[in-house]
Amino acid sequence: MKNVCLLFEIHQPFRLKKYRFYDIGADHYYYDDFANEEILKRNAYQSYIPAGKMLLEMINSTNRQFKVALSISGVAMEQFEMFCPEFLDIVRELVATGCCELTAETYSHSLSSLVDPEDFQMQVKMHQKIIFETFNYKSKTFVNTGFIYNDEIGAEVASMGFKGVITEGTKHVLGWRSPNFMYNTTAKQEVGLMFRNTRLSEDICQNFQGGLDAGTFMSWIAQGPEQEQLYLIAMNFDVIGGMHPASTGIFEFFKALPKFANQHDIRFVTPIEAFENIPSVATATVGHAISWDGYDKDVSAWMGNDLQHEAIRAIYSISERLRLSNNEVLRQDFAYLLSADHFKFMSTKQGSYVPFSPYDSSFDAFTNYMNVVSDMEIRLNQEFPATVETEELSAQLKLIENQGKEIEKLQTKIAKLEAAAAKKAPAKKETAKKEVAKAPAKKTAAKKAEK
Amino acid sequence: MKALMFGWEWPPHILGGLGPASYGIVRGVVNTGECDVTFVLPKPQGDEKKDFVHIIGAANTPVVWKDVDWNYVQQRYGYCMDPQEYYDLRNCIYADFSNLYTNDLGCIDFSGRYPKNLLEEINNYSIVAGVIARKETFDVIHAHDWLTYPAGIHAKQVSGKPLVIHVHATQYDRTRGMCDSGDPTFQIELDGMNHADLIMCVSELTRQTVIQKYHQNPDKCIAMHNAVEPMSEEVLNMEAKRGTTEKVITFLGRITAQKGCEYFVEAAARCLQTLEKERQSGYPNVPDVRVVMAGNGDLMEPMIRLVAQKGLADKFHFTGFLRGKQVYEMFKVSDVYVMPSVSEPFGISPLEAMQCGVPSIISKQSGCGEILQNCIKCDYWDIDAMSDAMYSLIKYPTLHDYLQEAGRNEVNQITWEKVGRRVVDAYKKLLGWS
Repeated sequence: MKNVCLLFEIHQPFRLKKYRFYDIGADHYYYDDFANEEILKRNAYQSYIPAGKMLLEMINSTNRQFKVALSISGVAMEQFEMFCPEFLDIVRELVATGCCELTAETYSHSLSSLVDPEDFQMQVKMHQKIIFETFNYKSKTFVNTGFIYNDEIGAEVASMGFKGVITEGTKHVLGWRSPNFMYNTTAKQEVGLMFRNTRLSEDICQNFQGGLDAGTFMSWIAQGPEQEQLYLIAMNFDVIGGMHPASTGIFEFFKALPKFANQHDIRFVTPIEAFENIPSVATATVGHAISWDGYDKDVSAWMGNDLQHEAIRAIYSISERLRLSNNEVLRQDFAYLLSADHFKFMSTKQGSYVPFSPYDSSFDAFTNYMNVVSDMEIRLNQEFPATVETEELSAQLKLIENQGKEIEKLQTKIAKLEAAAAKKAPAKKETAKKEVAKAPAKKTAAKKAEK
Repeated sequence: MKALMFGWEWPPHILGGLGPASYGIVRGVVNTGECDVTFVLPKPQGDEKKDFVHIIGAANTPVVWKDVDWNYVQQRYGYCMDPQEYYDLRNCIYADFSNLYTNDLGCIDFSGRYPKNLLEEINNYSIVAGVIARKETFDVIHAHDWLTYPAGIHAKQVSGKPLVIHVHATQYDRTRGMCDSGDPTFQIELDGMNHADLIMCVSELTRQTVIQKYHQNPDKCIAMHNAVEPMSEEVLNMEAKRGTTEKVITFLGRITAQKGCEYFVEAAARCLQTLEKERQSGYPNVPDVRVVMAGNGDLMEPMIRLVAQKGLADKFHFTGFLRGKQVYEMFKVSDVYVMPSVSEPFGISPLEAMQCGVPSIISKQSGCGEILQNCIKCDYWDIDAMSDAMYSLIKYPTLHDYLQEAGRNEVNQITWEKVGRRVVDAYKKLLGWS
């Protein structure tokens, strides 16, 4: 029996406003609210909401035979909450049917997996948190930004306890092998690795308006070799209704899929079902990072030129110090700036698909982003002076934190003793203890002043 | 195929951008191997580069029949023409011009420059064109810039061959839209365009001006972008004479309204002021910046005054007019080149700057922007964007280095050979040969 696994990606970054150099140090708000709201709402009303309703209808009308997976980035979740909460309600309904899996990804839709493993772990945790808080759902499979994957990422993901990872079925990695099997990662046998069927997925993305119909599409899958059991079809969610408007019949195409699947005895599965039920045939080794982008299927759209490398270096160079900070606003800004889209806007690659770029050119994108990063650096330096080494800072902060805990502990002790003293007759012993307790607190204050 | 071209300037005697552009086009056209060119100049000096082209001087073409012997012609005009050609041209005199002032060889004198009686010279040039058109055999006529349009029209009427005119600039641009239909230059341009079978414009921007302001049929207007001569070894190996580690932002061109110089001053001032503020706030690694305005023009004094008002006279440097090698020396010490032209038909200087490895900021109102990717473009009036681009090129070395490298590679691909190919293809299409 053949299985089809449908996966849709939903992501919108916080686009930056025109941030000029004279704003550096003066203006700490970086986002183009108008554009972000406009683009999110346009996408939601054209695509996300009608497509979500369509999925719901498909699940209900097929008696829950139809299954689907969604990968929604954390920054997109935030924007939905702000501008279009009704979409989250639809997702809640979808999740409630039990036929819609939500996969994990990075909070910012970031490139951290390639640059900063520590930040990567944190981003994934943040994403799981927001998914859990919003949908009361725990993701067990992982999809990286742009389907980026290599063996190191596989190991990271495995160490975080995921059941499987999804990536692109690129020719230069698979070679003679077919993407339509379950593989496993090099790091752990139990952690599965699923490859997107590039041809079938892109047939919908790119060639749909050439006259593709659901019957033909499903018959292609049905006619595949007997042993090939798993077809992962994945794309951006806005392909339905956005890239191909409703007038092209894209909604009808999807609605008809379950019927033809039934005819050909094809089953729909969610990624987690696939990872749990379909045994792996082999270990797949991926040396260089691959992705689903463009023809090259590598990471050059995000990290292809010197500008992108420099911007990535600049923003990640502050990540370590930023993690020490408790300034929530700063951390939030940092998360928004990590979205991979900002780097894609700087791409000088020919033919790379950059949807909704707010910039005239890659150089504008670079300039604007770097100006924002410069302001972030200033803000971080106000938090912690640049003259202090990160390690020293980390040690000092730890010390302060420990001292704080100590003070707290002692203060509760005092409170207890005072309460006891109030009961009893006044005792001189406790007042002496109080003096001792206060001493470390003063020391800490002195240390703070030193810096 | 043979083309008869009318031009006004030819290297090494150049007064503006027309000479190098004409030279490049001719070189490109001849380079295709499919087309020979006869180039008519007002007054050749004899030292022109003419190994690939046949040059005829209007000043050496008789319009009044004079009985002179071979040796005398050789003695007078031998430096720039074969006496036989003089006799051939003399056989083609088509009317009695003895009322005109001619010399002992029956030729009209030309200055070959832009004299006060320019209109008279243009008229004489077209009279001579009638003689040349009768003597020469050719398939197509190509006239460069408005000075030669009347000559082109005359040649077309004599020969019946199609006329191509090459719009290097328009009076509408030169006057920033302030010319009326009574302007004689405008009239000559309009007349040339009306008679032309094909109008080649140096950019899409110019093409739109020709269509909208001169009301030409869009079908006969095509954009034919200029290219740039490869840098000579000598210039490439020139040492940069840089005395300080300061960054240099450069404006190079006539300091006139058309070149948008006031926008440049405002943007550069904003950039300097912000850097100064940063320095005072104690930010690390704030670069020192100097601004150079090279060139001459009617707005130079107002600009100096403007800079003084802003209190930045110590950072702004006015060099005056730069000639020859000085231009490249200036590029060599620059970190940023800015061309904020309000309206520029093409604008060759950013290409030269990029050849020297200087990242360029150009206005979107410049024709060369249509064929350049690796430079920063902004509207000429958008001082914020312009100053932001200056700041980034100085503050973020990655951007500077990237544009330096990518820009140089890009400009090296823009060659006159490619332009020549396209010109010849356009001829063929016009003649119905392809």
